[in-house]
Amino acid sequence: MEKTNFKNKFHQESAQQILYRTLLVRIVEEEIVERYGKPGDRQEMRCPVHLSIGQEAAAVGACYHLTNDDRAFSTHRCHAHYLAKGGSVDKMALELHGKLGGCLDGRGGSMHLMDDDVGMMASVPIVSSSIPLAVGTALSDKIDENKNVSLAFFGDASTEEGVFHESVNFASLKELPVIFVCENNLYSVYTHIDDRQPNRDLSEFGNAHGLKTIKVDGNDVFAVADAFKDIVCRAREERKPSLVVMDTYRWREHCGVNYDDHLGYRDANELPAWQKRDPVNLAIEAVKDAALMSEEQISNMKISIQKQVAESFDMAVDAPLPNPELASRFVYA
Amino acid sequence: MPKNKSNIRSEGDRILSTSQAINEALAEVGARNKDVLLFAEGIDDPSAVYGTTKELRKIYGDARIIEMPVAENGLCGVAIGASICGKRPVISFHRVEFALLAMEQIVNNAAKMHYASNGQHKSPIVIRLVIGRGWGQGPQHSQSLETLFASIPGLKVLMPVFPGDTKGMLIAAVEDNNPTIIIEHRWCHYVKGHVDEGYYTCDISSPKQIRKGNDVTIASTSYSTLEAIKACDALNSIDIHADLFDMRSVSPLNVQGLISSVEKTGRIMTVDIGHKTYGIGAEIIASVLESTKQPMNSNPVRIALPDHPVPSSRGYIPGLYPDANKIVKRVCEMVGAEDDKINYSLEYLKKSQGDLPVDVPDPSFHGPF
Repeated sequence: MEKTNFKNKFHQESAQQILYRTLLVRIVEEEIVERYGKPGDRQEMRCPVHLSIGQEAAAVGACYHLTNDDRAFSTHRCHAHYLAKGGSVDKMALELHGKLGGCLDGRGGSMHLMDDDVGMMASVPIVSSSIPLAVGTALSDKIDENKNVSLAFFGDASTEEGVFHESVNFASLKELPVIFVCENNLYSVYTHIDDRQPNRDLSEFGNAHGLKTIKVDGNDVFAVADAFKDIVCRAREERKPSLVVMDTYRWREHCGVNYDDHLGYRDANELPAWQKRDPVNLAIEAVKDAALMSEEQISNMKISIQKQVAESFDMAVDAPLPNPELASRFVYA
Repeated sequence: MPKNKSNIRSEGDRILSTSQAINEALAEVGARNKDVLLFAEGIDDPSAVYGTTKELRKIYGDARIIEMPVAENGLCGVAIGASICGKRPVISFHRVEFALLAMEQIVNNAAKMHYASNGQHKSPIVIRLVIGRGWGQGPQHSQSLETLFASIPGLKVLMPVFPGDTKGMLIAAVEDNNPTIIIEHRWCHYVKGHVDEGYYTCDISSPKQIRKGNDVTIASTSYSTLEAIKACDALNSIDIHADLFDMRSVSPLNVQGLISSVEKTGRIMTVDIGHKTYGIGAEIIASVLESTKQPMNSNPVRIALPDHPVPSSRGYIPGLYPDANKIVKRVCEMVGAEDDKINYSLEYLKKSQGDLPVDVPDPSFHGPF
C-alpha cells in the first residue's frame, strides 16, 4: 500500500492492532516449528499441522473488521484464521497438544480449530466442506435480519470442488451476507494450479456466479484490511455476498514444519521471491514508514508476544490429557 | 376390503394417507416454530414433493421456504450451517439416491457437528429421503440405503410406516437436537390410516410392537412391516403367533424389547428392504443374540433383498421383495409347522390379498392401522 494512502486509512491504534495480529500468527507458527520435534524427540504435539507461515496477511486483514458475532469458517490450514478471528493462544496450544482445556478439549487437533465465543465457527479439513456452512449461517442471519457477516476461508483447490460453485451460486441467488475468501497459494499439496486448472483468473468464478469480486495482494495485510472494509460493510449493511481472491504463498511443506523445496515440486526461485514479499516484514515496514511505531516499540511488541506464546506452550505441555471415558461424549445432543 | 385388515390403531376415524400426514406435520411444526425451514427441489411446484409440501408457503412465508437449486451437497451444507445458528431445517430429496451426492456434508458435518465442536454446536436438521419401488423404478431409484446412514454415529435414522406414526415422528425429529434421516417408502405414502389432529410427537427412540405372540419374534422395517402384518394374520389362522416389532427407529438401535421377546419365543426373524449382506437384519440379530440369556429354538432368519440391484422390468420382480408369502413360509419352517397347516395359511393369505400385480402398492394397506 502506498504511503500517503496508508496514513489516510490507518490510525496508530488500528495499525498497531493489525501488526500485532500478524506478528502473533507468525510467532505462534514459529513456536510450533521450534517445538514440533523430530522423530526421537518427545513430540508433545501429536497431530498433523498445516502452518500458515507466509499467509498471515490474508487471514489478519480479512478478519480485521469482524466482530465476535461474525462467523468465520476455515479449512485444515486454520491456525492463522483462528488467531486472526480472536482465538485464544492458550486454547490453541492446548488443542495442538491434545489436552483438556484446548478449544475442543483435544477432540479436533490442529485441523479443527474453532471457538464459538469468538465466532470461529468451524474448521473442516475436507476441501470446501465448510464453505456451504458459511452460506448457511448467512442464510440464518438474513432470515433473522441481524447484521452478522459470515466468512468462508478456502484455498485455490476449493474452486475445483463442485460444492464451492453450489455454495456461491446459492449465496448469489439469495443475496446472502457471506464473503468467500480464496487464498491462492498456487499449490494443492505438491501440485501446481497450472496442472489442475486451465489458464484463467480465479476471480472469473465470482463474475460467472454474478457476485462482486475483487483481487487483493494477499501478502499486504494493510491492503487486505483496507479492501475488506468495504466488502464487510457491503455484507453487513446491504446483505450482499462477495468473492475476494488473494495471491499468497505457503513457505513450508504442505503438512509439517519443515521446508520441502528439496523435493523439487516447485521452482527453486519461487520461495525466495515470495520471501522478499514477507507479509510480516511488509507490515512492519508500513508501520515504520508511517511513523506509527518506532523500531523499538515493534521490537518490544515482538518480545512480549514471544514471551506470551512460549508461556502458553509451556502450560500446554504440562496440562492433563483427556481420559478415555470422555471419548464417547457429544455423539448425540 | 379384506377381512384381515389391520386395526392396531383403531381409535378414531380421521383417515389420511401418509403423504397427507407428512404435509400436516410440516404445517403444524412450521406454524408452531418459526425456526423451522423447508428445503426441497420443486418445493411448491405442481407436485410439491408428492404432495407433502403442498401449500406450506402460506404458513412458512417466503423466507423460510427454500427452493433448492439442484445442488444436493451444497444445500445440505447450507441447511447444516443454518442449523448451527438454531434453525431447524427440513430438507427433502425425492429419492434416497440423491442423498448420495450430499453424503460428504451429512457424514462429515451434520453427524459430527456436536462431537467435533466438543458440544459447542448442534445440528438439528431433518433429511427426508424417499425409497422408490415398482412401476419400473430401476437400479438407481429403488435403493433402501438406511444402513449407510445407520452406520454413522451421530445420525438418527427413522423409517416410519403408518400415517399417524409418520406425522408424530416427523414432528419429534424436528424437535430433536440431532441430525435425523427419515426414510419414507414411496408406497407408504399411499398407506391410509387414522391421524390425530393437531401437534403431537411419537417416540423416535425404540421399535414399536404391533403384534403379540409367543412363537416367533419378527423385526421388520418400513414397507416390509405391512407384509409382516399380513403374514402374522395368516399365521394366526393356524395358531402361530408372532411378536412383531416395527423397527421405526433404526438408529440409534434399541433392541431391549426384542431381547425380552426372543427370550420368550426363542426365534428371531428380520424382514427388511435393504440388501441382505451387511444389512439391518444382520445388525439386529447380532445385537439381540449377543445379549439374550436363553437358548434359541431355531436359527435366526433374515429376509431381505438379494445382493444385486433391482431391475426395472416387472418380469424380474416376482420373488425379489420380501413379502407375506415368504414370511409365512419361513416362520412355518422355524416352528416346524406341518405341511397342511402351511398350505392352509398360504391359502388364507392368497384369499385375503387376491392376485396383486408385483409392481404397484397393495391397495389393502388401508387404515386404520
